[in-house]
Amino acid sequence: MIDTAVAAAVTAFARLVTGARGNWLGCLPDPRPRVYFANHSSHGDFVLVWTVLPPALRRTTRPVAGADYWLRGSLRRFIVERVFHAVLIERDPEKRRLDPIRQMVDALDERASLILFPEGTRNTTTAPLLPFKSGLYHLAKARPGIELVPVWIENLNRVMPKGEFIPIPLLCTVTFGAPLLLAANEERAVFSERCRAALLALAPRRGEGR
Amino acid sequence: MSYGRETIALFGGVIGVLILASIVGFVLERRAGADDATVANLNARIKAWWVMVALIGVAFACGKAGVIVLFAFASFAALREFITLTATRHGDHIALAAAFFVVLPLQYYLIWIEWYGLYSIFVPVYVFLLLPIVAALRGDTTDFIGRVAEVQWGLMISVFCVSHVPALLTLPIPGLEGRQLLLIAFLILVVQSSDVLQYVWGKLLGRHKIAPVLSPSKTVEGLIGGVASATLLGAALWWITPFSPWQAGLMALLINLMGFCGGLVMSAIKRDRGVKDWGHMIEGHGGMLDRLDSVIFAAPIFFHVTRYWWSV
Repeated sequence: MIDTAVAAAVTAFARLVTGARGNWLGCLPDPRPRVYFANHSSHGDFVLVWTVLPPALRRTTRPVAGADYWLRGSLRRFIVERVFHAVLIERDPEKRRLDPIRQMVDALDERASLILFPEGTRNTTTAPLLPFKSGLYHLAKARPGIELVPVWIENLNRVMPKGEFIPIPLLCTVTFGAPLLLAANEERAVFSERCRAALLALAPRRGEGR
Repeated sequence: MSYGRETIALFGGVIGVLILASIVGFVLERRAGADDATVANLNARIKAWWVMVALIGVAFACGKAGVIVLFAFASFAALREFITLTATRHGDHIALAAAFFVVLPLQYYLIWIEWYGLYSIFVPVYVFLLLPIVAALRGDTTDFIGRVAEVQWGLMISVFCVSHVPALLTLPIPGLEGRQLLLIAFLILVVQSSDVLQYVWGKLLGRHKIAPVLSPSKTVEGLIGGVASATLLGAALWWITPFSPWQAGLMALLINLMGFCGGLVMSAIKRDRGVKDWGHMIEGHGGMLDRLDSVIFAAPIFFHVTRYWWSV
């Protein structure tokens, strides 16, 4: 009950601050399990993707988040576990008890969709996108039939850059590209580069030449 | 307040035109089918006009406070659309926060307390000098002049110029005491009907593109037909203004030409940034800046011409 109310409040706030708008460029919303993979520059990224999904899909779409960050503090823990039903993975291989790929595959098998940030960490550089970690590839290999949808989040890094406290109410767009599938015998490096290129292609060309 | 009768007559007229437009839109849709993109867009625009007229009606009913809140909100929406398309960096964060949460509310507060001496120079003088200081202190010099100029331009267009619409309420004009809302009605009605009539004349007779690079939908026929008919409308509305009929016509011509040029300038910015519309806030129209571009360029000129020759 309270988690539904908090979810509504969080999405309403996200809409108010960012005017968030979903742009379904390469596909339409679909209830089948999918992996939405997005660029990552802010802790609010998965909230924004979740906000622009149709309400029926929100209930079955789970963000994949780092346990080390989100389990610190009871408010964070409540939001990420109870409100967003995140799949919490341990990023440090040394401390791992559960296999992250196994956790994600289990979620897909339970008919959930995932929101994944294949860069593995927030991008605070001036490069538009960091190199991808191998998670997306291993996930696609374990469940080859699952559609992988590139999702470009525009402007959220300007709304709330790292280390700032006041959000700037700029307009954010979330663009969904055409789904990708792992090809038979496709090598990891080739596949990762293909996914990365598909995601980068969704970034607006604005301000080029600067 | 004695502006009741004129205001009711104006709104009655506008609602009559909207009913007529809705009927025409309905007939066109029956004829062209629901798939026709132009007709669908026309009907979306008409529907959005109903909402906008209703909002202005509510604001007018609330008087000065209502009008100031309405335009402060319009400024906020316009500023966020403008800044979204700029290339500001992390180093501008505090300057941007100040633009949204200090400059904007303060400008409208100054209009509320009717301090002409300050609201007319606050953004062009004080903010112009202070915001670059805030940005410079952050130490990021990459494209500094470009970033500072974009923020200042955003504030001039979205806050300073837009705020000159409610600022009309502060003008002391003999014979118009307590009825300055009618000046706002005149400005908005004339400029917006010029936009609509340019669109209508352009769709009906448009052959020769006037600025193919900037704005492919604008035609010579649309410009002449739209500005001429909106100027006649302005002259016919002289009875709600302090102007004589020919003065009202000249004033309407002035603000219609400013409005047209405003549309061109704002299109040039959109072209540069590779977007068709400023935003998606108003169904069929685009963003707040798409709807307000003509008012933005007309309002300060209308304000100062009126103030110079008609106020005491």
